[in-house]
Amino acid sequence: MRVVVDLNRCQGYAQCAFLAPDVFEMHGEEALLYKPRPDEAFREEVARAVAACPVQAILVDRLDEAVTAGEASDAR
Amino acid sequence: MPADGYLERLKRDGRIVVVGASLAGLRAAETLRTEGFAGTLTMVGDEPYEPYDRPPLSKGVLLGRTTPDHTALPRRTALEADWRLGTAATGLDMAAKRVRLADGEEVEYDRLLITTGVRARPWPHEGEAGLDGVFVLRTRDDATALHKRLVDGPRRVLVIGAGFTGSEIASACRERDIPVTVAERGAAPLVGALGGVVGAVAAELQREHGVDLRTGVMVTGLEGDSAGRVRAAHLSDGSSVEPDIVVVALGATRNTEWLAGSGLGAGPRGIACDAGCRAFDIRGIVTDDIFVAGDVARSPHPLFGYQFLSLEHWGNAVSQAETAAHNMLCASVDRRPHMWVPAFWSSQFGVNIKSVGVPSMGTELLISQGSLAERRFVGVYGYQDRVIGAVTFDQARWLPFYEHLIETTAPFPPSFPTVDRRPEGARSVPAEFPDPSVPTHGPTVTLSGYSPADRRMTFTPGRH
Amino acid sequence: MTQGSLLRQILRYENRHDPYPLYAELRKTPVLNEDDAYVVSTYREVLTLLHDPRVSSDTRNMTRSAGIDLQDQQDPQDQQEGEATLPPSFIRLDPPEHDRLRRLTNTSFGPPHEPHRVHEMRGELGAIVSDLIGGIDGTGRIDLVGQFSYPFPVTVICRLLGVPREDESRFHGWADTLAASLDPMPGEDPTERNRAFQQARTELGMYLAGLIEERRRNPQKDMLSELATLNGPDGSMSTMELLSTAALLLVAGHETTVNLITNGMLTLLRNPQVLERLRADPDLSVPLVEELLRFEPPVQLVPNRTTLADIEIAGATIPKGASLWLVVAAANRDPLRFEDPDRFDPDREDVRHLGFGSGVHSCFGAPLARLEAQIALSELARRLVNPRLLEDPPEYRSNAVLRGPRHLPIACDDIRP
Repeated sequence: MRVVVDLNRCQGYAQCAFLAPDVFEMHGEEALLYKPRPDEAFREEVARAVAACPVQAILVDRLDEAVTAGEASDAR
Repeated sequence: MPADGYLERLKRDGRIVVVGASLAGLRAAETLRTEGFAGTLTMVGDEPYEPYDRPPLSKGVLLGRTTPDHTALPRRTALEADWRLGTAATGLDMAAKRVRLADGEEVEYDRLLITTGVRARPWPHEGEAGLDGVFVLRTRDDATALHKRLVDGPRRVLVIGAGFTGSEIASACRERDIPVTVAERGAAPLVGALGGVVGAVAAELQREHGVDLRTGVMVTGLEGDSAGRVRAAHLSDGSSVEPDIVVVALGATRNTEWLAGSGLGAGPRGIACDAGCRAFDIRGIVTDDIFVAGDVARSPHPLFGYQFLSLEHWGNAVSQAETAAHNMLCASVDRRPHMWVPAFWSSQFGVNIKSVGVPSMGTELLISQGSLAERRFVGVYGYQDRVIGAVTFDQARWLPFYEHLIETTAPFPPSFPTVDRRPEGARSVPAEFPDPSVPTHGPTVTLSGYSPADRRMTFTPGRH
Repeated sequence: MTQGSLLRQILRYENRHDPYPLYAELRKTPVLNEDDAYVVSTYREVLTLLHDPRVSSDTRNMTRSAGIDLQDQQDPQDQQEGEATLPPSFIRLDPPEHDRLRRLTNTSFGPPHEPHRVHEMRGELGAIVSDLIGGIDGTGRIDLVGQFSYPFPVTVICRLLGVPREDESRFHGWADTLAASLDPMPGEDPTERNRAFQQARTELGMYLAGLIEERRRNPQKDMLSELATLNGPDGSMSTMELLSTAALLLVAGHETTVNLITNGMLTLLRNPQVLERLRADPDLSVPLVEELLRFEPPVQLVPNRTTLADIEIAGATIPKGASLWLVVAAANRDPLRFEDPDRFDPDREDVRHLGFGSGVHSCFGAPLARLEAQIALSELARRLVNPRLLEDPPEYRSNAVLRGPRHLPIACDDIRP
């Protein structure tokens, strides 16, 4: 699973960090750090975070890893 | 104008080439597909990786929260593209509508989108730049190499340049408890982007977190040991530092060399395009089959006197890519202008710094909310009696209000009271942007003049 | 329909079960000046004002009181000397005091200091829900409010704060009185309600003071203990600040989530095909609760803001010192913002609702309320066999701000284990 947050939109409401603390982390009061490729085990947590984001800034891929991996090799 | 039916044919079985497979290239490609482009899509990228996100490289990656190979961007849609990764574009034949690749191949296009972005400006002395332990930070490979060495526990890291990237690197080092020296030619960190008043707050933050911050100095030379490893750096004030890692954070260079001689209006300042993202040729005539987006583009902005702006901003790359892709597929009356209000963020030393507009155009600064001393504030920048930019330190939720002031060219200084206006917000002060003859490293916005075909290096208050 | 200003019609109890047609009327004038209040009801304008630093939450800045009284606009400074009145809680304060108190409160609730606290309550929330549903007699008439959606969030907030659940009968009355103070009463002499409000606040404060004193001596792993023993970069709270904050959390924990859950079940029972989907797919509860916060927000309007300067918006001028009402429930149904806004659609892609407000005052307990509602609704859907409404519309509570049914009579065929 791949995640990217539009940090221009992000206003630090921290809903993602509350609901998916294994993936999203507040770094100080307002700055957000996140794991851009969380383990599949966290998909449910991440879904909660995506839905709860008040500015809808979190994008998660809708494609299976296999589809994108087939398009472009991630290896050297 | 294209003949009737051209656009339908283009959408059905045309050929679109995207040169530059990073954020802007990816978002453009996705938009092309979601807007109905069913033809051949070729994605050319000089790095061997599928599109990845760069901001984490100087933050989460250096902090060890994630790894460089985990930064690939999520996909919004299947692209079904022909990927030419690890293959740089080396030339453009505008007449034949062909892009030449480093492997000798040529790719023909009906419409071309250029999103080649920027690269890190290397240390100017080639021999010194090649010393073991000297890094830049722009790409996945850069981050992999630097992170590996940070994990080894270096004796001291020297960061040359206290712009956003340099400051974020210093922040990550301190969080890892690595001794770090920052050398900045200007009077303070971030001075080129945010001015001296806000820069002084950034300087305090650095020092409080244990950064050995040296301002107003240049690094005059790097010295290696017999094994070719960097061991010392000499500064213009006569002092020296003994780092085993040096990170050169002197801003970026636009990737336009491959277009030299092509006839496109491309140069060191980027590729000039109109508000609809169509590239100009060197005569200042707009093309209709070549589009530009992202960091490499320079386009006129109505909010800033129609000067050509180059924006090294994540959000600009996304927005301009979507506009360019939309415009590539439609008739001129259906095209949209790219009118994104510049915005960026940085997080360093536990503080979230966000900005809208173009602070570096500002001459005056007013702290409209909060307090510099508490490092929680909103700063408003004024230029010719209007609001031109704003910055927040841990006060991001107010920023949409200030964006609206910028969009509506509201008068400066703002006269109204706010929920948190302090005595220091009673009047504006000079924003203290440095003398443009003193180079600093805080770019993100570059004003690059009025002529679309101007390829000379000229005075730019945004600086590199 | 009885005539009168739109605002008064919205506040009338007989319109409580469905204020949405009146909200649609309101939106025709994005900034409506009625009864000396400025009522804003369109999405763009409400969102803009929630982020406008010229809008104050400190009612001491209000110079032009609305003709419709709100009790808690009482200026605490007006209180007689020596009366043990609590200072305003952070929802009634502006930065920097608001920010400081909220940051301090957050140190024992959420990230960065307590990043796992809410997340780790999931199991406990599930267990409370399971017990409550298990205790329902499925053969007769069920009042969902009394048997489930009230006791659930009360139990949760008590455990979180460290307030003994068995004291519920004591603080229930205070919480009701305090919540009622948010209920604007056109034309009523406010003196008696003000007196009751101040008394409830004082008594609740004294009750909490006793608990906090005990926790200072004998700290537990609960928020009261942690807030009472704070010592971070922002310092600590004064005892009065701590009491105000604790009272706010206790009342908010009582009076809002109950409506979210009850409104949710009511909406599901009115949309049986969605209820059926939720039964089959509990994960649907995640987007469903967001749509619910848009469609039936538990806090309908923010009636307590004021302007520090003249504000030009949507072609109108709101004068300095005005009483400003932001009708988030109307904004959430703005057809200029949401397609087909009166349709309940959990599959809606674009659901950037204002159900928790926005800006610095956005709901402090939002992540907990979300989890509570998600778990409650998915479990009710799973366990109640063939649930149906016995009254539609049900009887509502009188409050127009914290709007929700007083009782929700339902029946079902059986309760699954």
